[in-house]
Amino acid sequence: MPTSLVFPPERDDFRIALGPLLYYWPHRSVLSFYAAVADLPVDRVYLGETVCTRRHELRFAQWIEIAQMLRETGKQVILSTPVLVESESDIAVMRRVCAQDDFLVEANDLGAVRCMERRPFVGGPHLNVYHADTLAWLGQLGAVGCTVPVEMDGRSMLSLSAARPAGMTLEAMVWGRMPLAFSARCFTARHHRLRKDACEFRCLEYPDGLVANTGEGQAFFTLNGIQTQSATCLDLCGEVSNMAVGGIDYVRVSPHATGTFEAIAHLDAIRRGDSMAGPSPAMPAGAQPSNGYWTGAPGIQWIAQEHAEA
Amino acid sequence: MTAVTADATGRLPDSPPETPYSTSEQRIIRRPQLVAPAGSLAALRMALQHGADAVYLGLRDATNARNFGGLNFSEDDIRKGVAEAHARGAEVLFAINTFAQMGQVERWHHAVDAAAGLGADAVIMADAGLIAYAARRHPSLRIHLSVQGSATHLDAIALMRQQFGIRRVVLPRVLSVPQIAKLARQTDMELEVFGFGSLCVMAEGRCLLSSYATGDSPNNKGVCSPAHAVRWDEHDGTMDARLSGILIDRYAPGEPAGYPTLCKGRFTVEGERGYVLEEPTSLNAVSLLPALIDMGIAAIKIEGRQRSPRYVADVVGVLRAAIDDACRDPKRFSPRQEWQATLGRHAEGDQVTQGAYDRPWR
Repeated sequence: MPTSLVFPPERDDFRIALGPLLYYWPHRSVLSFYAAVADLPVDRVYLGETVCTRRHELRFAQWIEIAQMLRETGKQVILSTPVLVESESDIAVMRRVCAQDDFLVEANDLGAVRCMERRPFVGGPHLNVYHADTLAWLGQLGAVGCTVPVEMDGRSMLSLSAARPAGMTLEAMVWGRMPLAFSARCFTARHHRLRKDACEFRCLEYPDGLVANTGEGQAFFTLNGIQTQSATCLDLCGEVSNMAVGGIDYVRVSPHATGTFEAIAHLDAIRRGDSMAGPSPAMPAGAQPSNGYWTGAPGIQWIAQEHAEA
Repeated sequence: MTAVTADATGRLPDSPPETPYSTSEQRIIRRPQLVAPAGSLAALRMALQHGADAVYLGLRDATNARNFGGLNFSEDDIRKGVAEAHARGAEVLFAINTFAQMGQVERWHHAVDAAAGLGADAVIMADAGLIAYAARRHPSLRIHLSVQGSATHLDAIALMRQQFGIRRVVLPRVLSVPQIAKLARQTDMELEVFGFGSLCVMAEGRCLLSSYATGDSPNNKGVCSPAHAVRWDEHDGTMDARLSGILIDRYAPGEPAGYPTLCKGRFTVEGERGYVLEEPTSLNAVSLLPALIDMGIAAIKIEGRQRSPRYVADVVGVLRAAIDDACRDPKRFSPRQEWQATLGRHAEGDQVTQGAYDRPWR
């Protein structure tokens, strides 16, 4: 059994989760990032490679070392499984994460749900939990929490929260470039005219991904290997109080090379009452904020707060 | 008519097949079901006339992933379609392959009840919570896991079978032929694969690009790059194709303009403009039919409920002939020139590819 199960928030506020690192950083950058995370006011940290299992800067045992280090600082550590599981290596990584019993697991595809075999797990944002019946089904299979889809609007999020099974925690992403799509194909390799299996690990060159602009220079997508993200940075920091009141237990920050620590500090100030809920003061380098999904608008849009009531 | 052009490998689509699997003579050949799209009664009739073993269709709302204006079926039309299909010994598969949205779940429940009540032979579904409803409420209703359900490997398939008695899985177009072959060896679950049609380069059911740009996605509204968000601007002969005002592609004077499907637009990365995600191409797996048949694939699906009855007639006709040929003599099977020409004519951007099946980009 995992020694770190989910604790519901004691007060009517939110806990801060740091999502899995979606980019491919050199080994040393990863270590120094998580060494810094140890001192940050985050309650929950997701670890592991969820995008591309060709990435190998950290071996499984090294992720576990980071997990143990963070657990010793009192954080809840969750190991995430790959989202798109198709190659032998994807399957092996997924099964290995699910086979360990030391840490809670974030199941990111149906196969991982199967492999958890009714042991406690949390459902990841790509399991497509759009309504309460799906959440209840996952609960029967052992889910103790779930992250809602990034495209879910605020009203749906809060009504899902109201309809959830007892004891299940809910999490919503509030800051970072949004993971939007996954492909068997690697777009970073494609950009460099390299084959996926001989990609030279070019993702290492783009610590915050590779931005694709429209013909008019509008930043549109971010390429991150087989994953396509938004070019904009989701910023729902202005909504976290509404989320907490509506029963969202955890708000997720997605790691970036720049802006992450400032966003976390901002969220912490909000929950401590030192600062009003409002947009994050920091963005990943070069990114514009967006929050359209919250109101059911296109996710790329920024809706000023006075109009953003869900 | 436009010439068929080479795909990303530089190989012409009608070149000899380079299938990684030889067909073994000992095995009993199981003829896969040919599953055709029907966006209207007219298309359904074309599919039946040209030899489809099954048609798939959906209601006129967000409960299915081709929720386009002027398309799809009223319940009355489905009743007629089911009767006509059954009279010819064909099946009707009822697509309810989007994700029920909070506060509107009854609409999806209604679609499931309608499928059962109207005599559909199976439902094609993606949403686990909704599948749970279907399995509980209509235990004899046959359930196929939609491609939107994103079951890409054995563990995922095993879960859905164990939980809901799923009878068939439509495989995501991210898998290669060897991966499909392996799955087919690992499970006796019926597997359905795409044989022809527009190609999603992204794992289906897990792509939010469309809602990011327009608010509506395949998962939440049953649409991708919806028509209501499209705008064409012409200036000095240059054509701009926009989605929600975002420039998806710009066509020079005289350049044929395509629909602004957002993953198939031209964008600029590090100063280089091009098809960053995917060229506008269609999947054509005709040359892979002997390999797919040899694996025991249960069904070959044609994409395109949004396409015309003419498309359905032509593509079903070609696939019917090709599947029959491949079953008759798999070792000597070779796609006929006229098939490939017909398919090429109906391909997006007049180009075809074998997509993830043969992975030239791997």
